[in-house]
Order: sequence, then structure tokens, then C-alpha cells
Amino acid sequence: MAEKPKVAFYWCASCGGCEESVVDLAEGILDVVQAVDIVFWPVALDFKKKDVEAMADGSIAATLLNGAIRTSEQEEMAHLLRRKSQLMIAYGSCAHLGGIPSLSNQFDRERILKYIYEEAPSVVNQEGTRPQTQLIEDGRCVTLPEFRSHVRALDQVVDVDYYLPGCPPTPERLQDALQAILTGQLPEKGTVLSPDVALCEECPRKDSKPDQLKMADIKRPHWTEIDPETCFLAQGLLCMGPATRGGCDARCIEGNMPCTGCFGPTSGVKDQGAKMLAGLCSALDSQNEEEIEKILEGVPDPVGTLYRYGLAGSLMRGRIESDRPSQEKE
Amino acid sequence: MTSDWEPRIVAFFCNWCTYSAADLAGVSRMKYAPNVRVIRVMCSGRVDPQFVLQALVQGADGVLIGGCHPGDCHYLEGNYNAMRRFRLLHRMLKDLGIEEDRVRLEWISASEGEKVKTVINDMVERVRALGPLQLPARFKAWDAEMDVSAAQVESGERVTHG
Repeated sequence: MAEKPKVAFYWCASCGGCEESVVDLAEGILDVVQAVDIVFWPVALDFKKKDVEAMADGSIAATLLNGAIRTSEQEEMAHLLRRKSQLMIAYGSCAHLGGIPSLSNQFDRERILKYIYEEAPSVVNQEGTRPQTQLIEDGRCVTLPEFRSHVRALDQVVDVDYYLPGCPPTPERLQDALQAILTGQLPEKGTVLSPDVALCEECPRKDSKPDQLKMADIKRPHWTEIDPETCFLAQGLLCMGPATRGGCDARCIEGNMPCTGCFGPTSGVKDQGAKMLAGLCSALDSQNEEEIEKILEGVPDPVGTLYRYGLAGSLMRGRIESDRPSQEKE
Repeated sequence: MTSDWEPRIVAFFCNWCTYSAADLAGVSRMKYAPNVRVIRVMCSGRVDPQFVLQALVQGADGVLIGGCHPGDCHYLEGNYNAMRRFRLLHRMLKDLGIEEDRVRLEWISASEGEKVKTVINDMVERVRALGPLQLPARFKAWDAEMDVSAAQVESGERVTHG
């Protein structure tokens, strides 16, 4: 029997949901294990970094890497796995576009460390101790990775062949991707492995979306009794569906929650947030500046809403710090 | 480096009003700051917010959008779309650290050549006071921190811990 293709899973700045989504294949995972050799998967299998280092370059058929890149260690592992793999696949929103962790690109490094180690309500740290990258005691040296100034999407660090979007990707998309890898029926390099249409196209509420939306206010989901059948936008709720790639089978919609954008943009869009901003604002039912301002109060945090899963991968990548005395973000 | 820096402003002017006004300013031989690169669009409502971001990330220090006065749009309500988008875009850009004066929306009718001159001169001065934005250079500086680890891994050398 021919040798099975080798597959690696790795995680960087992530929550573990992507790992969970692999397990969500349920009994399908047995087919995967039958078809491929999993050679590295820190969350589930006891292989070490040195085992990867010992492999020949390009000997892993595909690495599915989830999580964004924040530390020097994650960079190092991404480079290592890139070198050892024929295909590098960004798995999930964080690897694809930076994900939720990249919302921290709105705050500079010092501000993050100061809050986490000194100011957070649950922290007692009177000496203001901060983690060091190196400590030598009794002649022994311990090290920690460098905390980088920005969170990055995987393709901002290493060359990426394919993207599996989602927070997390759905088992269907993973299964399709593995099938494509195993049969060698892969699309053009750089493709996002999910249908290239907006979520609205596959939305079960599609028919209730009016041709011309007219939003007199923007409601927030947790303050609203949501009709389970009608288009969210028609109900005055901000749904990212029009600016988000489909392929998730509208799971959130089925759960009566509007789309928050985790599959990222379609291929024709460079910046998901700007695109949604354009669509949303066109739908506002007012021509009066004061009224418009009032309606837009329904979006108290535009960056967090429009770029929830992709600030690092957006055009602006994060907050631009002024060279002049800092202006605090309210 | 900044001593000979001149603000670079990308202007999206609508075909029917502001671009005609800029033409008028030209044929009337009005003098205004040469820092603006004008891009003609059919309507201010055609200015996708992506255009504004793209201009900034490619090195513009500011973006000016010019359209017909409310009520005067050749396409009836394209400029209202511009107005609505601009309100949210401006707020969002502020959250992303882009100073308010760098992105501006003005209604300038075809007969207001003088206003083109005033607006451009005023904007150039405001942006000059803010200094260069230089996003391409900033992004490069952000990523410089990664150079070391990439080089070390490529050479097979251990970087942090094993």
C-alpha cells in the first residue's frame, strides 16, 4: 500500500474552536484518519517540534494552521511548517484574516501589556512585573517568545496556498477541502475554499429581503425581539450577510442571529468592513444629516462590528498611532 | 526627510458638479495648491469607501470627495449615499487613528470654481499641519520586527525555544 499523505494541524493565537471543529467531523474523522497520516497535532497527539524539524522539507502534504500570529514563536512555527509542507492552509477566521484577536490592533503593545499585567480589575501586581523574554537563574536560562506589536493573518507572515474561512470553519467545508487535497482537485492557488457568493444568496430569508431596504433605525440584537422568518436588515438589524462569503449554510441565521461576518469577503471585495459600510449606509432611510447621525448611533463600535473577524487582513490593518501626543480612543 | 515633504491628496470629484467646478477654476486661471490629484467619478455616490481606504494605504495623506449639493444630484440621490457613508466612514477612521481633517466631503456645484480653490487650499494647509501619513512606510516598519525570525528559521537556526 502506498504511503498515506501526511497532514499536520497547528494552532497559534486562537481560542480552540478551530480544533473543536476538526473533532466536529464526528465519525467522519475516522475516514480522515484512514486516508491520511496525522503527523503533528499538538492539541491531540504527542508529537514535538523536534519531530517536525526532523522531517524532510516538503514532506507534509498539507498543514492546516489555525489562529492568528502574535508572537515570535508562532512566526517561527509558521515558517517551520511552511517549509515542511507542500500546502499551507489558513484554517479559520484568525489565520485567514486575523480574526477576533486582531481587534487588538486597535491598541498599541504597551497599552495591552499595561492593562493585562497592571490595570485589569482581577490583577494584583504591585511591583508591575512584566514577562521577560529571557531569565537566567542559577545558570539556567528560561525563555518566552516575543510579543509582537501587531496581530497578523497567516499570509502576512508566510506564503499561504488556500484559505478555509469561518469562526470556526464548518465540518462540510473541512471535509470538502480534505477531499480536494486527497484527490488533487484543487482550485487556483490563493482561493478561499468556500462558495464565492454573498451569504444573502444562500440565506433562507432571502425572499423577505426587500429590493430597496429602508432602515429608519439600527437595532441591536440583544435589545430586540427578532422575527424568526424575516430578513434581519429589513427588521433594522445589522446583518453582515451582504458583505460576507457564503458556505456556512447560514447557521447563525438558522439560530435567529444576524451574520457577524466570519467567512470574510467574497473575492471581488478587498475590504469587508468598507463594503458593508457602503451597503448599510445606502439603506438608511434619511436624507437629513442629523437624522442620519441619530440612526448611526445604532453602530456604537464600527470597527468592532464591521471588522469583527478581519481587522488584520483589512486595508488599514489596525489603528494608526499618531506620531504626535496620543489621542485616546474613547 | 519630512523637510521637502508635500501633502498628497487624492480627490474624487463628481462629473456633473465638482469636476466641472474644478474645470471652471482652471479656465478662470485661479491658482490653488498643486497637491491634489483629481479622479473623476460619475457621482459622489460612486465613491466606494474602499476607494478612500485604498488611497490612504497606498500613500495619500488625505482624501477629498466632492459632489453636487444635496437636492442637485444628477442621479437624484447619489450624493445622499455619499453623505450617509461619509458620516460612518469618518467616525470609523477616527477610531482607526486617522485624523478628521484628512478625509473630507464637500458639496461644490459646477459654478463654484472659487470654492474648489478655497477648499483645496484649506485642506492642503490642514493636512500639512498634520504631517505625513505615509501608511506604506508605516506598514513596512510594523513588519520589520518579523525579519529576524524569518531569516533564522530559513537558515534552520533555532530562534526561541525548542
